Amino acid sequence: MEIFAPLLQYLFSGLTNGAIYALIALGFGIIYNATTIINFAQGEMVMLGALSAISIYHLAPSLPLAFAGAVVLVTLVGLVFERLALRPVKDPSPIVLIIITVGGAVLIKGVAMLLWGKEAYTLPPFSGDAPIHLGEATILPQNLWVLGITAISVVALEAFFRLTLVGKAMRAVAYNTRAARLVGIAAGRMVQLSFGLSAALGAGAGILIAPLTLGVYDMGTMLGLKGFSAAIIGGLGSLSGGVLGGLVLGVAEALATGFISSGYRDAVAFLLLLLVLFLRPQGLVGGRK
Amino acid sequence: MKTKAILVGLILALAGLGLILFGCGSAKKTEPYVVGSIFSISGPASYLGEPERNSVEMVAEAINAKGGINGHPLKLVIYDDEGDVTKARLHATKLAQDKDCLAVIGPSVTPASMTVLEITQKAKLPLISCAAGVGITAPAKDRVWVFKTAQTDQMAADRIYQYLQKHNLKQVAILTVSNTFGVSGKDQLLALAPKYGIQVVAQEVFGEKDTDMTPQLTKLRGTPAQAVICWGIGPAPALVAKNMKQLGMTIPLIQSHGAASKKFIELAGDAGEGIIMPAGKLAVWQQLPDTDPQKAVCKEYAEKYQAKFKAPESGFGGYAYDAIRMLNQALAKAGTDREKIRGELEGLKNFAGVSGIFNMSSEDHNGLSPAAFVMVKIHNGGFQLVD
Repeated sequence: MEIFAPLLQYLFSGLTNGAIYALIALGFGIIYNATTIINFAQGEMVMLGALSAISIYHLAPSLPLAFAGAVVLVTLVGLVFERLALRPVKDPSPIVLIIITVGGAVLIKGVAMLLWGKEAYTLPPFSGDAPIHLGEATILPQNLWVLGITAISVVALEAFFRLTLVGKAMRAVAYNTRAARLVGIAAGRMVQLSFGLSAALGAGAGILIAPLTLGVYDMGTMLGLKGFSAAIIGGLGSLSGGVLGGLVLGVAEALATGFISSGYRDAVAFLLLLLVLFLRPQGLVGGRK
Repeated sequence: MKTKAILVGLILALAGLGLILFGCGSAKKTEPYVVGSIFSISGPASYLGEPERNSVEMVAEAINAKGGINGHPLKLVIYDDEGDVTKARLHATKLAQDKDCLAVIGPSVTPASMTVLEITQKAKLPLISCAAGVGITAPAKDRVWVFKTAQTDQMAADRIYQYLQKHNLKQVAILTVSNTFGVSGKDQLLALAPKYGIQVVAQEVFGEKDTDMTPQLTKLRGTPAQAVICWGIGPAPALVAKNMKQLGMTIPLIQSHGAASKKFIELAGDAGEGIIMPAGKLAVWQQLPDTDPQKAVCKEYAEKYQAKFKAPESGFGGYAYDAIRMLNQALAKAGTDREKIRGELEGLKNFAGVSGIFNMSSEDHNGLSPAAFVMVKIHNGGFQLVD
């Protein structure tokens, strides 16, 4: 009992953060699948999602509108980013593109700082902030929203990739771009779509956590790194791997904070990353290659 | 609207031109008094540097509008160190080499102040730092040329413990941010606890950018702590308040002076209600009794700042405001002799500033006491003076 009560609380805390990491990891995975590059601007999409939702909410106080508006806006940013920054590159080798995404991340962060300033902002929770008691632990309705929407997104994505023609085409591009082109799939379009989809997922993650963590222009970098770690831990390119990686990472962080020391929180995340890279480089679920 | 702005601009430009012409035309007596300033105007600490720059410019303008100091206009040379120690050092070197520079105000943050003071000490140039670190002016015998206007963490810790002692809360848990601000706060809290008969039963830390402190708080919940002291800056302390509410923790939460801002109240929302913290008197100047000598200074500063910059005043800007007013007083008496300026600053007594009543001496180059802080409580979205 002594250990069980806090354990449950740590698990809730860890699962909520883990779900967010999972959403970001999925964004990394989708783009990796389509292009074999890592999009380091993914974390900034999370920040843009959170801050745009907050701004829209201030203009028109309706949460569904803020959610939808911000997702659409950030998806557009993702599409434009791919179109303007990545597609015109003459030498599209992965390393060049990856470095461009790092530059893009810095640029987006800078623009966000100019637009929103350095202050943090709040978004009201989706359905109140009365804590729900589960045994000895408490959980906020917002935590349930995070877990629920993440679960729905994962199922919807899986269905999209398995059942729809566009989804199958994207997977085809991922497996073999040249072969996909030969059978008439517009590979460039699929790459662009992957950026849009990842941006939308990132934005969703940002909006979901904004009520819990506040929105501030520099929130994206750390979240992006954690999401990246989650994607690697689970296995880059695998959807289920990204989700698993995110949840494992979130729970490990919470447990480390609770049972060891709060100073080790970030260390645990990156230690886990290193361990996976040493012992099982293909990730827990094991991507292709 | 626009034409009006252009007109105002033109008039200002003409006035400026007039000043320059007037300055050149007149005799040597009106040679300007040059004062250097180094603030973190951009970069991560710009929330400090920007109001500080605004405040010194505001005071300098007012002084010059009244004909300067004994007829000498006050000329500010303002540098931006971007919160970067190396840049602060470069700017300090430039100022130290300028024979006309009489004193330096700033820098905004402790690490930059520590490096700048090495240079200004060597150049025998009076420095009035706006940063909090105790080490900037202590020990005073090694800091002959250095003064500072910001209250120290030690005073905040003193104030918090005095409050706890008064309310008979003996066991506390401390939760500090893992940066220089938090580490310094933790050191002070641990060092002062025995003096007030307080027992620190648990200590936890959180990262500056952490977004979920429920694990730390869950751990604290399992201890016999009667109050939680949170020492942090930025949005994280507001999250601590929210997380405590989520966990249904009812023991009092005491924040450090790092949270004493309107922004904190906004970010913490409902969870902020009832939180207690030490704050400079500027935060609650309207509620001060008229007998408080700081009331008039705070009122003047707040009203002028708001009117000029259309932005809320902050205690950070107050550090620079106090510094330049002190310096004005010293320059008026000492003229251009740096040694005499230093002497005047050291001899400053009962100087009512925004940040407190300064009583400098050869042993104390900060001159403030814990009374520079008042305890305030968040109530109905505002600060309420409690002690």
